[in-house]
Amino acid sequence: MPLDKSIKKVLVIGSGPIVIGQAAEFDYSGTQACRAIEEEGIDVVLVNSNPATIMTDRGMANQTYIEPLTAEYVEKIIQKERPDSIIAGMGGQTGLNLACELYDNGVFEKYNMKVIGTSIPSIKEGEDRDSFKRLMERTNQPVAPSEIVTNLDDGIAFAKQIGYPVIVRPAYTLGGTGGGIAENPEQLETILSQGLHLSRVGQVLLEKSIKGWKEIEFEVMRDGAGNCITVCSMENVDPVGVHTGDSIVVAPSLTLADKEYQMLRKAAIDIINSIEIKGGCNVQFALDPESFNYAVIEINPRVSRSSALASKATGYPIAKIAAKIALGYNLDEIKNAVTGKTYACFEPTIDYIVTKIPKWPFDKFFGAKRSLGTKMMATGEIMAIGNTFEASLLKGVRSLEIGQFTLERKSSKERSTVELKQRVIVPDDERLFDLAELIRRNYNMEKLAEITGMDPFFLKKIKNIVDAEEDLKKLTLGDLDRDTLKRYKKMGFSDKGIAELTGCRANDVFDLRVKLGVTPVYKMVDTCAGEFEAVSPYYYSTYDDTTESFPSDRKKVIVIGSGPIRIGQGIEFDYCSVHSILALEKAGVETIIINNNPETVSTDFDTSDKLYFEPLTEEDVYNIILLEKPSGVILQFGGQTAIKLANFLDEMNVPVLGTQPKYIDEAEDREKFDEMLEKLGIKRPKGKAVWSVKEGVEEAGKLEYPLLVRPSYVLGGQGMEITRNEIDLVRYLTDAFAKDSKNPVLIDRYLGGREIEVDAICDGEDVLIPGIMEHLERAGVHSGDSISIYPPQNLTNDIIDKIVDVTYKIAIELKVIGMINIQFIEFRGELYIIEVNPRSSRTVPYITKVTNVPVIDIATNIMLGKKLKEMGYSTGIAKQTNTVAIKVPVFSTEKLPQVEVSLGPEMRSTGEVLGVGHSFTEAMYKGFVAAGTTIPKERSTILVTVRDLDKENFLPIAKKFAAFGCSFIATSGTAKLLSDNGIPVQTAKKISEGVPNVLDVIRSGMIDLIIDIPKKGNDIHSDGFKIRRTAIECDVTIMTSLDTVTALTDVMEKRYTSESVNVVSLSDIK
Amino acid sequence: MKAQLILENGARFVGDTFGAEKNIVGEVVFTTGMTGYQETITDPSFAGQIVTMTFPLIGNYGINLEDMEANRANLKALVVREKCDFPSNFRNEMNLADFLAQQGVVGLEGIDTRALTKIIRDVGAMKGVIMMGEPRDEDVKILMDSLDNSRVIMSTTADGIYTVNEKGSRHAAFIDMGAKQGIVRDLVKRDCKLTVFPADTDAEKIMSVKPDLVFLSNGPGNPLDAPGTVETVKKLIGKIPICGICMGHQIIGLALGAKTKKLKFGHHGGNHPVKDLKTGNVFITSQNHNYIVSDLPDDVEETFVNVNDGTCEGISHKTLPIMSVQFHPEASPGPLDTGWLFDRFLKEI
Repeated sequence: MPLDKSIKKVLVIGSGPIVIGQAAEFDYSGTQACRAIEEEGIDVVLVNSNPATIMTDRGMANQTYIEPLTAEYVEKIIQKERPDSIIAGMGGQTGLNLACELYDNGVFEKYNMKVIGTSIPSIKEGEDRDSFKRLMERTNQPVAPSEIVTNLDDGIAFAKQIGYPVIVRPAYTLGGTGGGIAENPEQLETILSQGLHLSRVGQVLLEKSIKGWKEIEFEVMRDGAGNCITVCSMENVDPVGVHTGDSIVVAPSLTLADKEYQMLRKAAIDIINSIEIKGGCNVQFALDPESFNYAVIEINPRVSRSSALASKATGYPIAKIAAKIALGYNLDEIKNAVTGKTYACFEPTIDYIVTKIPKWPFDKFFGAKRSLGTKMMATGEIMAIGNTFEASLLKGVRSLEIGQFTLERKSSKERSTVELKQRVIVPDDERLFDLAELIRRNYNMEKLAEITGMDPFFLKKIKNIVDAEEDLKKLTLGDLDRDTLKRYKKMGFSDKGIAELTGCRANDVFDLRVKLGVTPVYKMVDTCAGEFEAVSPYYYSTYDDTTESFPSDRKKVIVIGSGPIRIGQGIEFDYCSVHSILALEKAGVETIIINNNPETVSTDFDTSDKLYFEPLTEEDVYNIILLEKPSGVILQFGGQTAIKLANFLDEMNVPVLGTQPKYIDEAEDREKFDEMLEKLGIKRPKGKAVWSVKEGVEEAGKLEYPLLVRPSYVLGGQGMEITRNEIDLVRYLTDAFAKDSKNPVLIDRYLGGREIEVDAICDGEDVLIPGIMEHLERAGVHSGDSISIYPPQNLTNDIIDKIVDVTYKIAIELKVIGMINIQFIEFRGELYIIEVNPRSSRTVPYITKVTNVPVIDIATNIMLGKKLKEMGYSTGIAKQTNTVAIKVPVFSTEKLPQVEVSLGPEMRSTGEVLGVGHSFTEAMYKGFVAAGTTIPKERSTILVTVRDLDKENFLPIAKKFAAFGCSFIATSGTAKLLSDNGIPVQTAKKISEGVPNVLDVIRSGMIDLIIDIPKKGNDIHSDGFKIRRTAIECDVTIMTSLDTVTALTDVMEKRYTSESVNVVSLSDIK
Repeated sequence: MKAQLILENGARFVGDTFGAEKNIVGEVVFTTGMTGYQETITDPSFAGQIVTMTFPLIGNYGINLEDMEANRANLKALVVREKCDFPSNFRNEMNLADFLAQQGVVGLEGIDTRALTKIIRDVGAMKGVIMMGEPRDEDVKILMDSLDNSRVIMSTTADGIYTVNEKGSRHAAFIDMGAKQGIVRDLVKRDCKLTVFPADTDAEKIMSVKPDLVFLSNGPGNPLDAPGTVETVKKLIGKIPICGICMGHQIIGLALGAKTKKLKFGHHGGNHPVKDLKTGNVFITSQNHNYIVSDLPDDVEETFVNVNDGTCEGISHKTLPIMSVQFHPEASPGPLDTGWLFDRFLKEI
């Protein structure tokens, strides 16, 4: 059927903030869907609470709402915009759940809307555990013995019946939240009670463990006429037991014979046919490695992380095609944009091997429990393409930015064989390196397959790499002739890797390569293994002889992407990279992007003129530069990943557009930076680098407590801390020097003032500040974790003038061309500078949207040589817009066992939401709602524990809550404070005082809000740590800064409801 | 040892041999299937050909004795980027190299198969030789010129007449021009008794076993080279229901008065979309052919068409019980989406 002409206006729901299990892949799919719908001349109304996304840009949809993703708000938007259709599967689990809720509430019926694409009953059939089970029975598909339970007793009884281990899977949760494998009744009790609590419908599936089976996924498409195709198969290198989001995955499957492959493919198609999917669907199988037995694990009737990977792995744009199907088209009516000749109704066939490796946040969260299981913990992922498995894996490893260029890892080498064995049985993020080390020690390969459950094929491939590494160790640079070198390069070894193994410098290997003519060629990703001529400009490197990438004569610029999503470097940088590409395109320049993140818009094959899907290391980037000879490279938008390349590119005489590497270095080097501030007469908190405990104590005497202490070189997770007395300081320093005595510890005076942040654009003459952002939480909370307010609410004109002046001076002094980000503290009426980043920052998408200044567009044009004045801007702050817009951070801490919850100097948030209103409180209210914060009502119960330091400050806040009708529960110290001041309070036992204690109170579900102001974080044995962990694991809102609590009481006093506030579209912000 | 693949147009690829080591000449084609190399190696339709695998890693799951499409390998050589020497699969019985060696098939690895595929795509399927070491130009020419695939069907057709599944309730006369076992399996599964005939059997002989229908199998090469099979089918038209697959389809087409044409580089792989012209539904099919049926006479209708290039994928006679398809509903290797066609064959005929 061709286009359904009755569709005029479609509602698209996004996936909200980036959290573990739901990352940038939905910006990619949502953006593709919006474009696919708009190109048919159909209007799009978009709602997404996440301001860092490309899909929420002006111009992407006809009307965009950055509003909370709750049924109430979406209904308000529907009421206002009156779309006639909704597409449900583009916003991940969040979007899907919301669509189901609206459907159940009768909202679509009420507003006469139809659900296009896969219908809600079909979605429910796939998502609801019980109906899924019935569906499998109906379609004769095997599943592992399982039962839905809604209470603990039934669960224990069922487990007894099927036998342990059992897998616990809560219904309707992200990335397997609340799930796990229980080996015995005790473990089951813990995991199951948590799972029951976290499931939106109070349903949990208990399943007999099929741990050790192969995990295979298929991405399938089906149109309204029932035509089905499979886009791609994927095989998890880790067997069932590790969440697919935490597994190394290869595409296509590599260990299945045609009979097994076709058996699973047919099963996938039979399933999606029977529930009448209209769009894309993901089907996960477990396959017994010893027989044809298999079990369907689950299906996802929507675009997903796997569909993003499958799209990038094959070049087949799943989200786009799914959107076209929703609009009425059949697969054989949609052109394959990659070949321009064939149709979407075909199955991609590939002639390379794709490897996905997850990126875990354990470098930031040192204390976290790292073992991988059924709950996903990775924040992002990288994808690598090679025409051997070895090359694909090695490219993947170096894309992770963990300092690994080979499979030889220092930490693994230091482990005993016994320890290594234990570690590969219960995998964590270092399993690959532990495996390699065991293989290096000639551990029995058959035994290794047995204890890990991994297919011997993959283990042998890893052994190939290890053997090659050992061979290389026996060689020196001089031994490498052309054939030998080429062989190792074909296998995927980097210059750096070869250098490490042969004991020379990466440059030497590079020079030798150039001398011997061993240089890479680039092959095309074309969906069809070369069968048809393709027009897709999407490439990966190999060391074959024939290239397929031919540079044009046009003026061209390379934009370096930001790699995998991680804490501190998220989707914001992809936003910036994509916008820079768009600006370059507008300026008539050929655009080339290099990136390795399959979840992003920047790696969509039609974003830039050319896409190189490659690691972002010096060598890989330089190889492309040598081929393309661009007139410049842009680093400012790719976060630290790109900035790290500045000095190298400078050395190689590659023109870097914008701020020159020398000046970037000046901002990043603490000493040079201090000198510059001194010269400019700008204040910064006093501080010093110390080399011993004694020196530290002496310095502390001069500086005055409290002090902010941090290692100058972050190794082993020793974080930043605020120390308030000598005892704390000595403890910190002793600890820090014990871990690393070769580097100093930095001690700065801690100023507990107001934090302020600006992103500015400088052309060398003028400095434009799109807007000033004020942080809600005072200094000491990482800027990425603070609530950020635009326009500022509490700054005097004097301070604002100073901000403009200092920003101007620094930008001009650092000869900034393009973006700069500066963070300030206002303390006792003075302005101090705490950080300068000579690049685009994570607040850029936010400030762009709320100020209406096209920040990246301007900055890119400046890098191309334009002046601010030519574009109608000048020095100073851009015109303030008519709304208040507040960015609220969102955390994924509940997914990371044993990670500290409280706000502190180290960043922990994974994403953000925006609240837009006409006053501070209204915007704050929406921000809280969007972030999922519970706003207490009359008669809410609040659990409080406040450190001594803040007890006095807490009293007025407590009175406000009491006046509002809230009641308190507190542990003894805080309880005394409250009752002494006439505020009624119930006392809860501390953990050491027996049961039921404060943790039981939280678990009972009677607490609406927890206020816990910790003395210090990161001590997993403290009561506070346990309270905070219990709070987030039980999904109770917790606040750990009094500044946040104060904002909450301000909001409460206004008594907002979803009825009393209006939805604001981007076009309303003027 | 080192060996060279030299194409008719002069392109040369140097690789390492595995399997049998000997000089051979054949027609160079590629197949895009990502799984199913074992079926490809044993598929008689590849007889006389040098087959390039576009998937870069071949041999991962080894060779088992169950997934054979014929009792021996039929192609001349297998060209791969990388072969796997350590297969892993619960059914694995031997590795690829040993199987090829035992079957006398040359293997060539270390080839930039994508570059090779693109040449075939651009120039078309062409002759090629694989020669050990560094061959002299004269020797290349001699070997290249020696290629004659015109009698290739006789190398793959049944040796004599025999029956399969004696107890089957429907009786098919099965003209085996190099049949894949997948077709036999699918017919037997549907309770057919097969009397298998060589390609050069005449109509009288076929009719003498009193079959319920005649089934023409796939087979290698050009249908115009078939040894009188077209004439045989002409005589059978109107007397008995006839159906066919691939080469069988082309023979039926010619017998009905249609023409055949050679494609530039053929259809080889498991991802070809085919549209059922009756229902409008599209199916992903397994294909392996270099020739197509064209110029249909008025009493023959097209039933299936290739979505990518619009070529004919199936025909049926407007009034007589004759139908055939170009693609492979028996899969092996490839998608199982059109297995129902066997039911249609048997029901409608």
